Formats: sequence, structure tokens, C-alpha cells
Amino acid sequence: MVQTENLGRVIDEHPFFQGIDAKLRELLIGCAKNERFEVGEFLFRNGGRAEKFFLVRAGTVAVEVDVPGKPPIIIETVGEGEVLGWSWIVPPHISSFDARAMTLTRALSFDAKCLLRKMTADPLLGYEVLKRFVPMMAHRLQASRMQMLDLYGPGAEEKPAKKVKVEVVKAVKASKGKNRKADALLAAPEKPLKATKKADKLKKAEKAKAPKKLKKAG
Amino acid sequence: MTSMPKDPMLPVPFRIERVQRELSDTFTMEMVPKDGGAFSFKAGQFNMLYVFGVGEVPISISGDPADRSKVVHTTRAVGAVTKALDALKAGDEIGVRGPFGTDWPVEAAYGQDLVFVAGGVGLAPLRPAIYQAMANRERFGRVVVLYGARTPEDILFKKELERWRGRFDMDVAVTVDRATGKWSGNVGVVTKLVARGGFDPLHTTAFVCGPEVMMRYVAAELEKKGVARSSVWVSMERNMKCGCGLCGHCQWGPHFVCKDGPVFRFDRIADMFSIREL
Repeated sequence: MVQTENLGRVIDEHPFFQGIDAKLRELLIGCAKNERFEVGEFLFRNGGRAEKFFLVRAGTVAVEVDVPGKPPIIIETVGEGEVLGWSWIVPPHISSFDARAMTLTRALSFDAKCLLRKMTADPLLGYEVLKRFVPMMAHRLQASRMQMLDLYGPGAEEKPAKKVKVEVVKAVKASKGKNRKADALLAAPEKPLKATKKADKLKKAEKAKAPKKLKKAG
Repeated sequence: MTSMPKDPMLPVPFRIERVQRELSDTFTMEMVPKDGGAFSFKAGQFNMLYVFGVGEVPISISGDPADRSKVVHTTRAVGAVTKALDALKAGDEIGVRGPFGTDWPVEAAYGQDLVFVAGGVGLAPLRPAIYQAMANRERFGRVVVLYGARTPEDILFKKELERWRGRFDMDVAVTVDRATGKWSGNVGVVTKLVARGGFDPLHTTAFVCGPEVMMRYVAAELEKKGVARSSVWVSMERNMKCGCGLCGHCQWGPHFVCKDGPVFRFDRIADMFSIREL
């Protein structure tokens, strides 16, 4: 009984189900459980059955993609007051990402089967739950699109400026005159960057291959 | 006293005192007038920096407005002039015209919560306003800095952000668009930080600077939180040439960004954001 009261309080305090009707809240409690995840522990894994969703009470969870031989790429972090996991709503109910606790995480988990059964039996509950999930999903879709836009432009990965700078410095050293930096700069972008030996070899190899392909095609 | 001449079209020679690399493509220059005079500006204003023989480029001032001994610019090397700037070193000379444009209305926000939202190198034009706010900290409610960068390696003024975050009278949150497992901070768009709040929307003044698309979404998120459009200020960027409203290169609808901006009150320009042709 004490446990049930606690779960009810947690649901009331969490922004996601704020303002939900007391009767519906009781139905939610029946499918809820308090959980704790240590740092590095997975809340769910990519490809696994989406049997739960979580209301994060404390801590931070990384939603990430595993890259073989490399550190995983974090797509999003979900923290206190947020909800994690929506694959349980969408068939075939398979998780698309890994969710890993970045810090000690406390969350209220909901059994998807239990909740889906109740949502089917009580359309009002179904409506109330989906009414909260759909805006969250739309918001995340919008955020993903913004991330895809790569708004902050070329950064650390491309390192475009350094190459030009090297060329400019070389040109400055070689030039003379009062405005030599400026003159050198004007000339620098036109200069092709020095090709490496490896690149030359690759080019030669490509050239050598090209006629053979034509012969085969003929 | 400023050492700048009365003719706004005449560049004044400045000597570069110090160059600091911030990111792989971004650097900060500290410059002093060659004649030894002082330089005064308001937070949010910009200078036209002239690399002799290459060209001029408008760059926001990123230093402390209270420090008149030098002028500080943080620049990303993307075009011919900024790449030429990147090639300069301490002791070199450049021409400076300015300061130009409107400023962040920091003093008008006394008594309010202050929210700074920056994206990428957009933190640079906001930094003078943050300095000014922190120098008058007792005059504001909460001071919140929300910053979004591309990756953890692209975080501008990282040490300064860490120092600000260590203060008890300032809330700083940083997020990146993507990261690997080594990063233990937030991942997601900067609008998500706005949604978390931490300020009183009815008594908040927000200063936003970053890519135009980002500013549009941030302004929408602030509005969703209950911050009035008239309390949101954004810094615009356009192709500026003369810097003083003569040439018309930076015309944006009825405005000249160099003269009427770069800092605009959002409610005055919000409609123009949605016009594709502008």
C-alpha cells in the first residue's frame, strides 16, 4: 500500500503525467515500478523488445548508437523530468537505440503489455497517454531534423582553415614587399594543396584500371 | 576617449597584441589602436576589420565593454578575409572601422531575469553582454546562459563557460548536437535547454545569437515558455559593407542590419523571419 502511494506521488510530481485524472492515475500505478540504474547500465538495447518506457526522476540517460570498434555516438540525452522510450507504442515494438545510464539514474518504469491492455480496455486512458506521447515524439522529430541541419557549420571535424593557413604562411615566407601577407593570401587559394605520395599512387592505380574496365565492357 | 576618427569610412590602424586559437577554425584577436588611444563600444556592436589589400569584414566585438584598453574579436575562418585574418599574428597591423550598430539592451533589463542563448560562434557577440551583466550582477534576477555547439570539440570559450558554471550566481547549461561516449554532458538541440526553464518567463529578457534558423526556433521555444516576443532580442547577420547604412548591401526588408541592427527586438522582425526571399 505504501509502495502504491509512493508511485502515485511520483507520477503526480513528474511533468509528463501532470494533471492526469486520479482514476487514470490508479490504472497507471498498476503497471509502474521504481527502478535504479548504475552508471553504464542499459535501460534498453537496440533490437530488443520494447517492453517498457521510463519517466526519468533523477540522472541522465544517453540515447546512443553502437559503432563497432568506436565509442558509441550519443544522439540525445534524457534527464530529470523527461520520458524515455516510445517504441512500445509502435509495432513491431522493437527498440531502435541503446539507452545507457550516464549517471546514477532513478526512473519509474511502465510495463508496456500491462499498459497497452489497459489502454485498449479504457480508451480514455489510451487517449490521455497518447496525448502526452505524441507531442513528445513530434518534439524529438523536430529536434532530430534540426540536428541534421548541422546549423553550426564546419567545425573541429573538417579543420578547413588550417590547410589554407599553411599555404598562406608558406606564401608569406616566399614573398616580399610591404603588403606581402595580403599579396600572398590573394595568391594562396589558387594554389592546389600538395598531393601526397600515397594519393599519387592511388591516382596512377585508378588510371591503370580504367582502360581495362572499358575493354571488359566492350 | 576613443581613438576612432569622425569619418566612419576611414579605417584606423590597430596592432594585434595577441592571437589565441579557440577552435580549429576559430581564433580570438586582441588589438590596440596604433596611436595608443582608448576604444569604447557597447555590447553587441561590431567593427569592420580590414586586412590590407584583401578586404573588409564585419566582426562582432567579443571583449569586455568595460575594458577600453583593447578591442577583442573572435572570428571563424570561413571566407577569404577571415582566412587572411587567421594568418596574421601578434605585431601585425589591420585597419578597424567602428564600432557600428545597435547593442544588447543590458541596462534596460535591470530587475529582470537574463537568459542568454547562444549557438556555435554566436557566443562571441553575446560575451560582452554577459560580462556587463556579471559586472552588475546585483541588478538582475537569475542569469542563465544556454549554449549549444556542434560537438564537444566545438565548444567556444570552454574554460570561461566552466568558470561561469562554477559561480553560485549564474546558471550555465551546455549541449552539443552530437557526441561520443566520452562526453558526459547534454546531447540535443539548444531549444531543449530553453524548454527546461530555470527562469521566470514573465520577468525575463532573453538575448539570442546564433544561426538564423536556430534563433527562430529558440524564439519560438521562449514564447512557448511564456516569454513575450518584445523581451527577446536577436543578433542578425547580413552582408555588410559600409557599416553605416550608406551602401544598402545589408538591407533586410525595411532595415539596414548594420545601422538598425545587428541587435533587433524580436517582435519587430519576427514576420520577416518567415519570408523566404529576404
